[in-house]
Amino acid sequence: MRIPAKFIPLMATAFVLASLYIAGCVSFDGFGSLRVLVNLFGDNAVLGIAAVGATFVILSGGIDLSVGSVVAFTSILIATLVGKGLSPFLSISIALLVGAAFGAFMGWLICAYELPSFLVTLAGMFLARGLGFIVHPQSLGITHPFFLDRVTNGLAIPLNDRVSIPFTATCYIGIFVVALIGAHYTRFGRTIYAIGGDEHSAGLMGLPVNRTKLLTYTLAGLCSALAGVVYTFYMQSGDPASSVGLELDAIAAVVIGGTLLSGGVGFMAGTVMGVLIFGLIQDIINFKGDLNSWWTRIVVGFLLLLFILLQNAVEMISKRFGRKLGAAA
Amino acid sequence: MSTAATTTAPPPAPSGRFQRREIRWWTSLLWPVAGLALLLLFNLLFTPGFFHLEVRDGHLYGVLIDILNHGSKVMLLSLGMAVVIATGGVDLSVGAVMAIAGAVAAQLINRPNVPFPAVIALGLGVAVLAGCWNGVLVGVFNVQPIVATLILMVAGRGVAQLITDGQIITFTDPRLTYVGNGDFIGLPFPVWLSLGMLAITALLTRKTAVGLFIESVGDNQTASTYSGVRAGRVKFLVYAFCGLCAGLAGLVEASNIKCADANHAGLFLELDAILAVVVGGTPLTGGRFYLGGAIVGGLFIQTLTTTMYMQNVSADVAPVPKALVILIVCLLQAPVFRRKMVAVFRKKGAT
Amino acid sequence: MENDSKALLEIRGLAKSFPGVKALQGVDFTVRRGEVHALMGENGAGKSTLIKVLTGVHSRDAGVVRLDGAEIRPTSPKSAEGFGISTVYQEVNLIPQLSVAENICLGRQPTRLGFIRWGAMARHAEAALARLDLKLDVKKQLSACSIAIQQMVAIARALDVSAKLLILDEPTSSLDENEVEELFNVIRKLRAEGLGIVIVTHFLDQVYAIADRITVLRDGQLVGEYEAAKLPRMELVTRMIGKELSQLAPKQSTDAVETAAHEREPFVEFIQCGRAGSIAPMDLTIGKGEIVGLAGLLGSGRTETARLMFGIDRIQTGEMLVDGKATSFKTPGQAIRAGFAFTPENRKSDGIIPHLSIRENIVLALQARQGVARAISRKQQDEIVEKFIKVLGISTPGPEQLVMNLSGGNQQKVLLARWLATQPRLLILDEPTRGIDVGAKAEILKLVQSLGKEGLSVLFISSELEEVVRYCDRVAVLRDRAKVGELAGKQISEEAIMHTIAAPQTK
Repeated sequence: MRIPAKFIPLMATAFVLASLYIAGCVSFDGFGSLRVLVNLFGDNAVLGIAAVGATFVILSGGIDLSVGSVVAFTSILIATLVGKGLSPFLSISIALLVGAAFGAFMGWLICAYELPSFLVTLAGMFLARGLGFIVHPQSLGITHPFFLDRVTNGLAIPLNDRVSIPFTATCYIGIFVVALIGAHYTRFGRTIYAIGGDEHSAGLMGLPVNRTKLLTYTLAGLCSALAGVVYTFYMQSGDPASSVGLELDAIAAVVIGGTLLSGGVGFMAGTVMGVLIFGLIQDIINFKGDLNSWWTRIVVGFLLLLFILLQNAVEMISKRFGRKLGAAA
Repeated sequence: MSTAATTTAPPPAPSGRFQRREIRWWTSLLWPVAGLALLLLFNLLFTPGFFHLEVRDGHLYGVLIDILNHGSKVMLLSLGMAVVIATGGVDLSVGAVMAIAGAVAAQLINRPNVPFPAVIALGLGVAVLAGCWNGVLVGVFNVQPIVATLILMVAGRGVAQLITDGQIITFTDPRLTYVGNGDFIGLPFPVWLSLGMLAITALLTRKTAVGLFIESVGDNQTASTYSGVRAGRVKFLVYAFCGLCAGLAGLVEASNIKCADANHAGLFLELDAILAVVVGGTPLTGGRFYLGGAIVGGLFIQTLTTTMYMQNVSADVAPVPKALVILIVCLLQAPVFRRKMVAVFRKKGAT
Repeated sequence: MENDSKALLEIRGLAKSFPGVKALQGVDFTVRRGEVHALMGENGAGKSTLIKVLTGVHSRDAGVVRLDGAEIRPTSPKSAEGFGISTVYQEVNLIPQLSVAENICLGRQPTRLGFIRWGAMARHAEAALARLDLKLDVKKQLSACSIAIQQMVAIARALDVSAKLLILDEPTSSLDENEVEELFNVIRKLRAEGLGIVIVTHFLDQVYAIADRITVLRDGQLVGEYEAAKLPRMELVTRMIGKELSQLAPKQSTDAVETAAHEREPFVEFIQCGRAGSIAPMDLTIGKGEIVGLAGLLGSGRTETARLMFGIDRIQTGEMLVDGKATSFKTPGQAIRAGFAFTPENRKSDGIIPHLSIRENIVLALQARQGVARAISRKQQDEIVEKFIKVLGISTPGPEQLVMNLSGGNQQKVLLARWLATQPRLLILDEPTRGIDVGAKAEILKLVQSLGKEGLSVLFISSELEEVVRYCDRVAVLRDRAKVGELAGKQISEEAIMHTIAAPQTK
């Protein structure tokens, strides 16, 4: 059975993921333990959820540089509101609303005035970052029992008497599943793919291009806000200075996961694998102990290069192949 | 217009309808200079002591001098970024390259047997190499510039940390510290460096054919290729040059703080550089580039930062005005927005 | 026009103008049910404007459009689809990264509770393709299919959206003979089902193979509506070009110096050069100082030939000789170094550098050949530019004027100046006088003629037969992407060229 060319990068990602995991298990005691596996999802949930939103934007052919700033802003907003006495549910709801509205604002500018998403989301990044500091100039701990007792401890799913699935991991997996369904089983999701593939044709085919693009950025804003909420569960605090550069990590995870930065091709599952690869590299470095953390950046950069060249190669091959099929006799 | 003119062309028409005339070299500076002037006006009115200058021990001191000094890094970066953006690309890795250059220089200067010229040469050389790396990816392999330079942006800091072994490397050698802190004829050395690079870049691009090729490739790559211009080579060149500029900026910064900090060197400066270039009039899509505009843009950003500092706005909040500047410049450059504005004004004029 | 009871589409008195251009004036167009109707015309005839008005991209200024007897006013492609009018464009406007099934059903995927049912979608797509007698793996990515298949998928989608009227815009440009025949079988099947099909095409042979009736437009006006079986080819060509036999210019004027072809030393020779999907293998020789014309209807392969000669596309079969030596150009740069020059058909996208000045545009190719290091001094540049502004009569307040602000004619002159500055040995001109006012046209053509006398070889591509006849020493005639004849010296006349174009293939 011939495997369609477009799955090759995804398989490569899976291969890298599996190799890293096996290498880790073989090299270190305890690497293959349940706890490490479970924490892999839990520790990287913030990045993972943010990357889900980034995947949608990149699939549509755009880019979102505001992710990290919105995460930080959301976290400090929640911490501040809760600190002022607002109920956790209300605080979280407000934060999610603000995140979505922020995304919608950027999306509107991009659609209505045909501004480049790179610059608009760059402005968004600066804006959100500054606004976070205006809300509260430093990190703020959250002492409300909801966050620690009811959520982080209470909603953890025990697997055995020593290990339980952290709530952040559950959140991540849950959001991933919803996103997967959305991307592959709704017209909205398929329209995003179509716009990323060929926006002009999508318009001619009668698809609601502008409306979908606007919604995509709104969704990305919502995901960033969700990631910020998960951050508060994870860190029990909000911090306007956190998540600097998160958007780049997210983009790297998306690219390594097989999604083309030009749009139209990609997999939600691929992004998850990219995030896990991220986490595994860091775990390996931690376990090794004597390697310094900056190796993470170098390895990720190397993987990025590899996958970009792989994507280029696959595109060239399928173009030549396609030409053979279509060439006049 | 269809007359078979056989006489020589008439002299340039007096200023009437703006679009039809030739573009004088200074009209492009109008907007960024106006923005800068507005900022200075604001400071004149609301910031006491902003324009105060004094001479001490033969050196000039004052807020304006600080702006020139601290703004040098962005000004240096913006020169390289301008030519890259002119070809329709972008270089996100300049901050990381700054860190690498600083790291190399700091390590070498602390070694006893390395002659000073070699320290500078190697520091810059590594930066140029990084630029060449980007240039090969974009010019030869046709990788999208955002993606290609993202790789070095991510990995570059790791490389810098590798070189510094994770430490912050301090140095005291006066020859190296002069680069960032020294004075020359009253003004800080980095200012001279920026002006010097501006002059060199202007010379290189306008006295050789490089400037013409860069602009034609950015404006219409197909037509340029049909005319025999080698777009791949031109692109390679601009990224290598951008690397050089980043190297210079990196040396200045490391010298400023008398240490190489791989984590923080040049952090977010790539965004400031892009902003400076765009404010300076070079369109993000490529084509004509304005070196003078980029420099003024850099000054604008530095002035903005300093203004807020003097107005006691926390440095953390400073990004907000930058965001507004980006949006305003974007909107002004967007044809859809301009059309809507023209329509609005026409309606108002008609009633 | 008589009131046709079988009419599916009736257009009467359609008019559409854009600033400065009357694209359509008083055009009537009728399509019956169960008919294939060819819409033909040369450049500027108004075909694409007619289609765009019909599909809602443009709004009409005047006239009536009736579908099935009811008047309609489509406002967008989607609303046109709602009326039952679907279009398949030459560029196959689908999403290459998605599967065949998805492309057919995009926007209308079968869902349950909002979730797409992929199985049902695949079956639906298969059914849509079966209507065209096509069986495909619908899960295959569209870009992995040949252009011919992609077109079928586009047609399947168009029909699926419920089409009463199917418009095919240049459907056969990228297809080989077998694929064209398959497409025609599908069209015949749809015709038998009662669909009305409009086909816009330049391929004469294909029109006679598939069309029932032909409508010819010229310069925005209706020339006539004919039954294909009753219209001789020569008449069709005449109608399209717009000249009655009696109106044709006399054969070659005495301006041209007559030199027998064998007396000239060959400079560039094509020996059975061809490229798949571009042109069939052909022989073509250009002598030194000779002006060779490429004549043919739009879409006959003239630009493709030029692209092969200039190194933009690679020659796949045959070989090219320059000065007797086998040569192949991988890039235009190599061709330029061999002394070739090329002014492309599409000035705006392939020719001018819009935001640069006249001076910069003119010196570009010369500078590119000299390289980066040896910059042409400003003084030299000014001399070159001044000379060409004078010689070509470029009307401008100054050499620093941005090229995008010039009129079409002046832009073309700037392009010419760019190439003449390189002192080429071969100048390939692709439609050099298109969209240019009469005065500028004459200037350019006179210049071309004098250059020929000075020893410059010229390959002159033009749709204006009058120009071709007047200025060329030899004319190669192309039709349907192949060379069908060559005329030299005394043989050249508009009538002879049109005959050669119209003559049926003697295969």
